[in-house]
Amino acid sequence: MPIIKDARETLMVGRRTDGTRVNRPLSPHLQVYDLMQMTSGMSVLSRNTGIAWTLGLVFLVWWLVAAAAGPEAFARVQWFFSSFLGILVLAGLTAVAWFHTFAGLRHLYWDFGHGYHLPEVMKTGWAAIIASGVMTVLTWLVALISW
Amino acid sequence: MATFTLPKNSTIQTGKTYKAEPGAKNVKSFKIYRWDPDTGENPRYDTYELDLDKCGPMVLDALIKIKNETDTTLTFRRSCREGICGSCAMNIDGMNTLACLKPIEDVKKADVRITPLPHMPVVKDLVPDLSQIYAQLRSIEPWLKSDTAPPPDSERLQSKEERAKLDGLWECILCFCCSTSCPSYWWNGDRYLGPAVLLQAYRWIADSRDERTGERLDNLEDPFRLYRCHTIMNCTATCPKGLNPAQAIGNIKQMMVERQG
Repeated sequence: MPIIKDARETLMVGRRTDGTRVNRPLSPHLQVYDLMQMTSGMSVLSRNTGIAWTLGLVFLVWWLVAAAAGPEAFARVQWFFSSFLGILVLAGLTAVAWFHTFAGLRHLYWDFGHGYHLPEVMKTGWAAIIASGVMTVLTWLVALISW
Repeated sequence: MATFTLPKNSTIQTGKTYKAEPGAKNVKSFKIYRWDPDTGENPRYDTYELDLDKCGPMVLDALIKIKNETDTTLTFRRSCREGICGSCAMNIDGMNTLACLKPIEDVKKADVRITPLPHMPVVKDLVPDLSQIYAQLRSIEPWLKSDTAPPPDSERLQSKEERAKLDGLWECILCFCCSTSCPSYWWNGDRYLGPAVLLQAYRWIADSRDERTGERLDNLEDPFRLYRCHTIMNCTATCPKGLNPAQAIGNIKQMMVERQG
């Protein structure tokens, strides 16, 4: 007997008109739902930017380890980060970090009991998107000027 | 565990197309999810072309017209046809809503795609099995619980302010559009109560006449039952009655923190 891990599995069995058993289908979810609306769209982006940022920290660790390892290793890392791919990774991480931060602030605002009405949800959502775009550009302007 | 794809027996195939009668000018096609337990085949999309000039304005009117005139085997729940019974909840054009409250003209796409409430066991066609969600509703004991006896000669009275706290909660018709729009409920619906049931829980927590607030909060203090809500807010975006389950859940979370002192 297979072990049932999810109580809902018991509801996946139905009966035909003649009384014999039949496995019921699961109704479509991700396949049909409009997930790119502001509500779930921001949630998906917030999670995925969180994952991307976490993975991106590996690059920071690489940079720090190389700095400790010696000038040759450090030079290799510096070469990577000044290559096209390296700059692309850094630019992506900047955008991801800003977006996740602003999406996080939006969650904080909710946790304090504000901003639950749909018009506010739309406004704070757009604000987070625009703010992360602006801050990404600003970060890079500052970086390029001081470079 | 979240499984993003459909099980093998649930993938949807292309079914039949029922053409509009010749001479129809204002034609719209309805792509409808069909599953018949008696055949044991996979679900399919049947397409029905309708002359909107001979059909009522709402999606439910179209479904009833199809059942009356084209295909009597089409199965769906409906009763009041005016948004108060909650029977005709389904996914229309990517969002959950009541077929009776959804104007056909609101769907701008060529096909009006209609599927059952998402991530639910299908009984037949557009009819989902709601046993799990009803059991969850029962688990929050949605009735007045009081230890003091009511006044012998009157009802339990509320001030206008106390009564106002129930506005936006009592109007819920339990159609479960919100719960089945919630990705968190899709993945964790075995233990997470979902927005509809949590809104009901808050309806009794917020009721000044109910005296078991602490007990109700204790019951919800659980990593799954309450805290699988991640404020995605699909519930509020989809509610056909314009209610705000996300706000109700937020209020419960706040009370949880406040009672810790």
